[in-house]
Amino acid sequence: MCRLALKTASKPFSPFGVLTAMEAMQEGYDGSGLGLVLRGVKFTDYTYRGQDPILSGIAHTEAAFHRLGEFMQAKGFQLKYDHEFDADFKKIEAQDRYKYFVRVYRLPESWKYYDKDEVETRLLLTRLELRKNGEDHDGDLTAFSFWPDVATIKEVGWPLGIGEALRLNDNRIKSRVVMAQGRQNTNYGINLYACHPFFIQGIASMTNGENTAYVPIKELLTGMHYPGYIGYQSDSEVFTHILHYVIKQLKLPLETYKHVITPLKTEELNVHPQGEFLKGLRNVCRRMIIDGPNCVIGSLPDETCIMVQDSKKLRPGTVGGHKGEWAMASEMCGVDAMIPDRDRSLDFQPMRENTIIIPPDRKEMKIWSQFDPYPLPQVA
Amino acid sequence: MVSIRSIPSTPSSLTHLDLQWVIKHREDRCTLCGQCTSVCPKEAIYLTYRRQRMPKLDILKKKRGSEYRTFTGIRQRTEAANRCIGCGMCATVCPNEAIGPEPNPNDARVRLLQNDKGEAWKRGGRRNVRGSLLDRIVFNRISMLTDPALDAGRHEFQLNTLLGRVLPPEEYLHRQATGEWIPPVREIFPFVIGSMSFGALSPNMWLGLLQGVAYCNEVLGIPVVMATGEGGCPPWVLKSPYLKYIILQIASGYFGWDEIIRAIPDMQCDPAAIEIKYGQGAKPGDGGLLMWFKVSKLIARLRGVPEGVDLPSPPVHQTLYSIEESVMKMIQSLSMAWGFRVPVYPKISGSTSAKSVLNNLVRNPYASALMIDGVDGGTGAAYNVSMDATGHPIASNLRECYLDLVAQGKQNEIPIFAAGGVGKNGNVTQNGLALIMLGASGVHIGKYIMQSAAGCLGSEQNRCNVCNIGICPKGITSQNVKLYRRLDPDQVAERVADTFMAIRTEMKKTLAPLGRSQSLPIGMSDAIGIDDADAAERLQIKYVC
Repeated sequence: MCRLALKTASKPFSPFGVLTAMEAMQEGYDGSGLGLVLRGVKFTDYTYRGQDPILSGIAHTEAAFHRLGEFMQAKGFQLKYDHEFDADFKKIEAQDRYKYFVRVYRLPESWKYYDKDEVETRLLLTRLELRKNGEDHDGDLTAFSFWPDVATIKEVGWPLGIGEALRLNDNRIKSRVVMAQGRQNTNYGINLYACHPFFIQGIASMTNGENTAYVPIKELLTGMHYPGYIGYQSDSEVFTHILHYVIKQLKLPLETYKHVITPLKTEELNVHPQGEFLKGLRNVCRRMIIDGPNCVIGSLPDETCIMVQDSKKLRPGTVGGHKGEWAMASEMCGVDAMIPDRDRSLDFQPMRENTIIIPPDRKEMKIWSQFDPYPLPQVA
Repeated sequence: MVSIRSIPSTPSSLTHLDLQWVIKHREDRCTLCGQCTSVCPKEAIYLTYRRQRMPKLDILKKKRGSEYRTFTGIRQRTEAANRCIGCGMCATVCPNEAIGPEPNPNDARVRLLQNDKGEAWKRGGRRNVRGSLLDRIVFNRISMLTDPALDAGRHEFQLNTLLGRVLPPEEYLHRQATGEWIPPVREIFPFVIGSMSFGALSPNMWLGLLQGVAYCNEVLGIPVVMATGEGGCPPWVLKSPYLKYIILQIASGYFGWDEIIRAIPDMQCDPAAIEIKYGQGAKPGDGGLLMWFKVSKLIARLRGVPEGVDLPSPPVHQTLYSIEESVMKMIQSLSMAWGFRVPVYPKISGSTSAKSVLNNLVRNPYASALMIDGVDGGTGAAYNVSMDATGHPIASNLRECYLDLVAQGKQNEIPIFAAGGVGKNGNVTQNGLALIMLGASGVHIGKYIMQSAAGCLGSEQNRCNVCNIGICPKGITSQNVKLYRRLDPDQVAERVADTFMAIRTEMKKTLAPLGRSQSLPIGMSDAIGIDDADAAERLQIKYVC
């Protein structure tokens, strides 16, 4: 089973601390891989301005790496910074790794005429083209994310070992949000793209547990023919795409996510202040109802972090911390390892109706319940 | 040598060994009470006096002679019209287990003679094919170690489905914001009591079903709905609060619709839905048929016709010129009749053309669902050739339609209901869930509910199958009060409740190990497999062996 850890803090910190939290939760996973998403990125050797997109991935061969450079150049992207990992490849299980790249680009000149939505779509399409490019060349190029202020690292192996191999403890890369997940997908075959957290247009999420409603949800998302709704090497990828669909396509508040994936029962909605609207929403989104034992942890472009459970709360999760610094993990010992100096009595384990939201100001955690009035009454 | 002319042999002569069912009678047990002969719906057996020679040889007197004894015995008639139908009512009433029908393993030659006076063989019932592809589907994606399995006894399960057109989420939000019409959607139990008309069924059967359905809804919390079939709905139901559990069917004969339309102003609630019947799995291309035996005074009044005449509905709706026009006209006018508050959907027989109907419905904003009835569906009356040889099995027909919706990203919008052979061998929940996982939003059950709730004697062995001529020995499909008073509506209602409670439990027992409890697993094709590679390939599910 996957172990999940997320830490968010006003002051950038090294991702290595989160890896030690993964180590604390080691009993629960097989140590088959690591996925890391960093948000609010800070490099020690480069002053990064938040709006430039960062491309993260792995070039498996030198040729692929050169092809990447040429591809980006041809698109009109200008390389502003190339983060060099001081990698010790001997400590990496996989043999075909030429370079881990985290590169900051400046948007092509011609894009300045595009509005925000258009730029976001083009960034997505560029990542997908790169992914396709790699797949067309025997998988020699893997592109995880291409988005402002987001860096992604994924690798097969023991999480702490990977952290050491990439020398993530050298403090050269820090961030305000770190999401870490410690397992390669073993349900549907090992593949770098199958490793959480999954990412699409600034939205990232990771999940533990199995999603038993996977196939019908995958078929629904695939049928939308939205360019980014592809992949599905893992049953958990649909959680990210549903979150993206709710926020970016339906443009509904974050709280809606819970109403979509685990709607309330009819008898509960009958007494809900916006019950009629929510019943209708449940009907139209019923194919996105999840059914696994799952804990989902996600983060949004504005650094908001969330945690939700399946409707039977078969996978618990814990949130704890204090003003300016919060941690979410699938195990309490993970929270302990990330923020030991907190008041544990204020830790919270969300119930089946809750969504935990840590807003970007990180002042306090918001415990939102599905039974609360829907936050957008004018829609309902 | 006996002259050939004295042997009673004509082209139509039959012996009891030519019949499909042979009466086995044990004279040593028979008390000659005569109950069997009086209950037999076909008058296939009769009490008769027989003479038996008792050979006698008196050795001392060196004289041979015979003595005769006369006895009363039960014999089987061999005329095709009185052939035994295997219903077994004789065995039911016999106090001494002395009599009962047995299937004849020989060729039943009677089949060849069922065209007397040029009348082709008509019957009610089913297709009489015992095998079922659905029975062979297994649920094999078990969450065990990958995740804790659910507890069917303790966890909560959401088993209901939706009947009605579901908008794409973006469209829903837009209409919600602008206050536009949002199509009606009903939350119902996925096992629907399929269309059986008031006319095909006896008044007691109808009352029992309705009582049972109301009990399921109001006491058990299982939102079961039932469809009327062609032929209207009794006025006391139309004006009752129970109408909300009823799907009213309009078919090509429009029987009973005068009453329905006139009752609209007095209705206390809307019906669950309106089903427009274009076809039926048991007899595609044929309209409904209520034979004259069953057109009683009550039925005649309800349908607005004279008593005792055959009521064949035309094979197509009179308004049918093209599918676009028909669907538009019928669906829209019926939606309008109830102020667009009631889902309206067509029912078609399984066919290779089902996909084109479906694609038409997808583009019709008022169409609420599609119901496809496969070749194994039952009927009250049809030509044998239609029942046996016309139609399309439901599994591949449904799957094809569903995958077509998936390819268009429309699988959440038009629910497909499937029918035709669900539970034909008793595995109703397994069959229904297999269809749901192949893509159905729900299933209709007709024959099964008659067997389970009312004790219908029909089976896939051509047992009974005389629903068409009003002599139903259990009183389920008869308008003869002497017969239908055998059926106690309260007992039927109780059995309806028993049946649906058991289906609900079996659904939980099936879904729990699959790790599904929050929504009906429509299209969860990764959970099923079949031991036939060709079928697996056709249905795009796993082959297991």
